Amino acid sequence: MIGKRLELPGYALLAVFGVLAPLVFPAYVQQIAMLWIMIVFALTWDTMGGQMGYNSLGNIFFFGAGMYIAAVCQIWPWYDVGEYTDPSGSLTTSFTTDQYFLGLALGVVLAAVGSVVLAALFGLIVFGLRGPYFAIGTLGMAIAAGELIGAWDWIGGGGGIRLPVFPSGTDADPLFRVPFGDIHSADLQGVFFYWTCFVLAVLTFVFLRWLYRTRFGLMLNAIRDDETKAEALGVRTQLYKTVAWSISAFFLGISGALFGNIIGFMEPLEVAFPTVTFGIFMVLMALLGGKGTLWGPVIGATLFHIIKEVTWTHLLGWQWVVLGLLIVVTVVFFQQGIVGWLQERRPEWFGIEVDRGTAGQRADAEAAEALEAALEDTGGPAREPAR
Amino acid sequence: MASPKPATPARTGFLSPAWLKSSGEGWTLLAMIALVCVVLVLISGQAQTNLTILQVAWQQNIQLLLDGLFIGAIFALAAYGLALVWGVMNVKNLCQGEYVIMGGYIAYYLYANDIHPFFGLPIAIVFMFGFGWAVYVLVIRRVIDRDLFTSLLATFGIAIVLQQGLNLIFGPEVQTARSGLPTATVTLGGGAFTFAWIKLTAFLMCGALALAVVIFMKRSRMGQAIRATAQDARAARVMGIDTDRVYAFTYSLNAAICGAAGVLIAMIWVIQPFYGITHSIRSFVIVTAAGFGNLPGVIMAGLGLGVAEQYSGFVLGADFQQATVVGLLLLVLIWRQIIENRHRRVVE
Repeated sequence: MIGKRLELPGYALLAVFGVLAPLVFPAYVQQIAMLWIMIVFALTWDTMGGQMGYNSLGNIFFFGAGMYIAAVCQIWPWYDVGEYTDPSGSLTTSFTTDQYFLGLALGVVLAAVGSVVLAALFGLIVFGLRGPYFAIGTLGMAIAAGELIGAWDWIGGGGGIRLPVFPSGTDADPLFRVPFGDIHSADLQGVFFYWTCFVLAVLTFVFLRWLYRTRFGLMLNAIRDDETKAEALGVRTQLYKTVAWSISAFFLGISGALFGNIIGFMEPLEVAFPTVTFGIFMVLMALLGGKGTLWGPVIGATLFHIIKEVTWTHLLGWQWVVLGLLIVVTVVFFQQGIVGWLQERRPEWFGIEVDRGTAGQRADAEAAEALEAALEDTGGPAREPAR
Repeated sequence: MASPKPATPARTGFLSPAWLKSSGEGWTLLAMIALVCVVLVLISGQAQTNLTILQVAWQQNIQLLLDGLFIGAIFALAAYGLALVWGVMNVKNLCQGEYVIMGGYIAYYLYANDIHPFFGLPIAIVFMFGFGWAVYVLVIRRVIDRDLFTSLLATFGIAIVLQQGLNLIFGPEVQTARSGLPTATVTLGGGAFTFAWIKLTAFLMCGALALAVVIFMKRSRMGQAIRATAQDARAARVMGIDTDRVYAFTYSLNAAICGAAGVLIAMIWVIQPFYGITHSIRSFVIVTAAGFGNLPGVIMAGLGLGVAEQYSGFVLGADFQQATVVGLLLLVLIWRQIIENRHRRVVE
């Protein structure tokens, strides 16, 4: 957790940026909305990977699940889902403003609830796995989900679903009286989803900040540091793991529901269950910022998203190669992340007291080394012996 | 539940509430069964039709079995490479499949330039050996002592680099390297199945390669050093073995084996830049099921996987072939976990 010295300015900066961004950069509303979603990705991954030591490569599963649940909820109250998703497109559809927002609200709520149920169900299956087996198992889960959804014709199969179009209301409609604004109706969708994404990111952050300070947060850390010992001390590890995963799934499900509506179209492999893009981004962002810290994922996600948006179009097809290289370099050379690195260099910023002793520089170096070792200890589970 | 449990209360019946309560594995099993049922219900109509075809035109079984065995042998070859790296260096190499696909593209490149893809075999072995060595020096050496997730993620990053690089060079089309060997149609009892000579040739080559690797591991100095390092790296170092070199050699040997497997796959099947991840998962399924240092087990698991995949591809539809591999991965991982839990309980 970052020191008090930086925490308050951090909140202020983010809040001011979050509120003013759609007004100052109206052209980039969608990109900044994506930034909030990315922050949710990194934060929820860190709940598992950073705080609990369960490195999931398949958290993206809940993103896609939320997206599909929301899409079905937005359609079935008014149309037959099978007909709606029929690739021949014979069904003409139009949603009224009320229908749209009612469906969206229902979709977001059920996406969250459904993802939690799925997390609890799959938790029974995968939480027996530990360490790298868990990572591979969850990766397999996400890939399998994408393949199976792609074979399920009722929800569009590989062809995907085109989501209801955001209603183009008039300014007289009370729903469209957006604060601060003289905004054209074409931008309304962008602004609407910007705010929902922003609120989601803030809620996720505040909730996790509270969570990590409770006894529950300590239990997660205990599982990360030594699960067997925690179990021996009476921690109900299976329960805590499942609840932690459900929390991740809750926010990821909502983010999936929102993302599907921002894009307006979903398809199983590239949009809903993108294991090698968003699925690995979330790991990379958390590692880049510093896993196991509250601010690390936020900083990592922001930095990664800015780099990605600025450089992406200039790389002419090489962007994915660069992404892979970024993963390798981050993992190999900079695994402690930005916040972890700062904690090493400037422990006093974080309220970590280093005993400087009396013997001058030698003691200094020793203390730094001990601190480094201590930090490394909390950085993740010890290397398992070869089996 | 037959295993003796010293000093535990009276045994509880299978699937009884008490048993479910006492063991996480009960719930795991139930959840998995429920999941399998859901999937089966979703696909039942199509699957029944295809099963009927298998009963009526029984020659199709021979086709599926043969194809499965031929392709499974190559899966086993690549999986043996993974078992080597996993067992010796404790690195879970997620870019295994990308090495396979790279080997495949070497064969395809030769084929596209009017050179017979058979020549791809020695070229792929040499090239991939050098490539593996470079990857080891640049990346793997730095993650080998770190926690297991680090090596997993680093190799996943390499996998992304390789698949995207291949995509840029060769494009996303599905390719194959035609060998020009004839295909015979065998008629049997009123039905027919096709028999491609290249598949048999690839099968024999695969066997020869595996034999060569096994002899190398048994007889050569380096092979012995690798096995010594696998048993106890520290003791091997004390005895004067340069373990860093052994690791480098092991990793490169794995890349070479994968490259050779890729050449064979390109000749009898298809390659595409993004098919690598499935090959990686296949290798993981086989190694997890068989364990390392268990060559017969790897071969059996590889052949079994090949046949299972062919059957599921036919019965459930091609859409489910990859899902089958992944499903098997989950099954194997959980099965391993259950065995370990049971062992733990017995020890308690």
